[in-house]
Amino acid sequence: MPEMKYDDYLVKSRMPLFWCSGCGNGIVLGAILRAFAKLQLDRHNTVVVTGIGCWGKADDYINTNTFHGTHGRALGFATGIKLANPELKVIALMGDGDGATIGGNHLIHAARRNVDITAIVVNNFNYGMTGGQYSGTTLEETYTTTSQFGHIESAFDLCRLVEAAGAPYVARSHVLNVIQLEGFITEAIRKKGFSFVEALSPCPTHYGRHNGMKTAPKMMQWIKENAITLKEAEKKPQAEWENKFVIGKFTDKESVDYSTRYEAVMALAEASVSKGVSEREG
Amino acid sequence: MNPNNSIRFIQGNEAIAEGAFAAGARFYAGYPITPSSEIAEISSRRLPQLGGLYIQMEDEIGSIAAVIGASASGKKSYTATSGPGFSLMQENLGVAVMAEIPCVIIDIQRSGPSTGLATKPAQADVMQSRWGTHGDHGIIVLSPSSVQECFDLTITAFNFSEKYRTPVILLADEIVGHMKEKMIIRKPGTYDVTDRKQPACDPADYKPFQADADGIAPLAAYGSRFIVRLTGSTHDETGFPNSKPENADKFIRHYTDKIENNKDDIVMTKEYKLEDAEFAVITFGCSTRSALEAMDLARGEGIRVGVLQLVTIWPFADSQVRALCSRMKAIIVPEMNLGQIIREVCRVNDSGIPVIGVNKVNSEAITPFEIMEQIREVSKCRK
Repeated sequence: MPEMKYDDYLVKSRMPLFWCSGCGNGIVLGAILRAFAKLQLDRHNTVVVTGIGCWGKADDYINTNTFHGTHGRALGFATGIKLANPELKVIALMGDGDGATIGGNHLIHAARRNVDITAIVVNNFNYGMTGGQYSGTTLEETYTTTSQFGHIESAFDLCRLVEAAGAPYVARSHVLNVIQLEGFITEAIRKKGFSFVEALSPCPTHYGRHNGMKTAPKMMQWIKENAITLKEAEKKPQAEWENKFVIGKFTDKESVDYSTRYEAVMALAEASVSKGVSEREG
Repeated sequence: MNPNNSIRFIQGNEAIAEGAFAAGARFYAGYPITPSSEIAEISSRRLPQLGGLYIQMEDEIGSIAAVIGASASGKKSYTATSGPGFSLMQENLGVAVMAEIPCVIIDIQRSGPSTGLATKPAQADVMQSRWGTHGDHGIIVLSPSSVQECFDLTITAFNFSEKYRTPVILLADEIVGHMKEKMIIRKPGTYDVTDRKQPACDPADYKPFQADADGIAPLAAYGSRFIVRLTGSTHDETGFPNSKPENADKFIRHYTDKIENNKDDIVMTKEYKLEDAEFAVITFGCSTRSALEAMDLARGEGIRVGVLQLVTIWPFADSQVRALCSRMKAIIVPEMNLGQIIREVCRVNDSGIPVIGVNKVNSEAITPFEIMEQIREVSKCRK
């Protein structure tokens, strides 16, 4: 395979990106494609799976194999794709509404099951595609088109959620910290087992404008000012950082992924045939 | 008997699982639900023995998603469920239609709506199997009435699914699924197995939705030398989104046409004593058994009755039923619902003969005597 540069994975004919000006999706897309190039992924052995939403359009710009399914179900499709052919690199791209709200149940079960998939969730705190309604990661007391008197639900901490569900690799960064984000994505794809990267991203068009951040720089600034590294947070009392975005690598451990464990099941099953178990049990 | 076959005494659900293995299915994803769970249990034991994969997902939405994904990776894939789970699968069933991904969905029908008379039989998912997912589309639905048909039609379901690049629904019911009777497990080589068409073009020219002259596009697997773009959004031949009205029109018509234009191949019926019949019973699934018994009872009383069994429910056997209506004095349609197949019979009844339903929704099977009663009534009127 000739050496692949990051834009060799880009569908240039579909430029310009359809996302709003000030959206962070293009930055995350760039980080993903640079990670692909760093890992020299074979396009034929890579499948990008997307859901529905602004970030769900990302596969339009990626020239690997793709699967664009239904809202919230990217991980279900990805699970079948991966288990039916464990040689594939499977990367699921989901937004906060898609992957963590309607698809929240699939997210925790994929993490628990430890299928070798990389999930990259772009969290922009709201449903952008449908006009800015609140999602499972919309912050309390903030305003959206469906929380016009202030949001009264608490937001999911996705990294803590996925970590608790058992994923061997969990990290969070944001679009102002592109080098770190790209590094996390690279590590996550390389990781055997379920890996999860959350990228905090601005949505000035829909979330920002209702919360005093009409422009992208303002919303970027807000993310940056409210971010704290995991290392800093660990040194301080919880009260000082519990309402901040904790940035860093939450988990990075070795594990045995689902396909590897299933190989043992297959060996036992084959042995049961030679012992005649299947004949006896009919 | 043929030494290549083996006689067994097994349940309908077991025969369905055996049929799936025989058809080459090697991936199952599902969620437990009575009265279909035996298919999952048997698959969980047998698939790893066959080098295949069983996975239990967190719900039926994830199950059908995994089935579709696995098929895109090249494995013949299936799931089994019942009413509540079948309802949950409807949205992603549309993905299989739109992205044209072969898969088989087995619905062992139970009484509804909702949880209903949990685990008791019904035949009330006929219209859901046709129109359950939103949007215009064609669909293939087969309905077994015996344990042998459970085995045989499961193989046919996979074959149609691969041939026409479409989801196929095997619409069985609790009675057939849980009934045990003698059947033959056919040995490999004694039945046809169809595999999806592979592209023959240069990988650079491959378009996953570019139909051949037969109207069906070859489907390469993920991980092959072809790049495959699959999507549930309106797309063109390349798999990239294309929202131009003429493109949308072309593809949406295609999902219906590829099924409707092949009715000669897809529509299967079985005829019993129709040659000299004056009255016919049109039936499917478990009710076929009572219809055949009623036919013999009626003939014992000198009433000439025949039976048309709809083996393929969708696409509907328009021409067969229309022709039958033109030569019968009346038609009886027994079904364990309040009248779903009868609507289709009436739709094609150009001759305007009486069409009478025998409908039962109390979870008990329709008896031969209940059908017989109607036969006696219509035969009196027409004398």
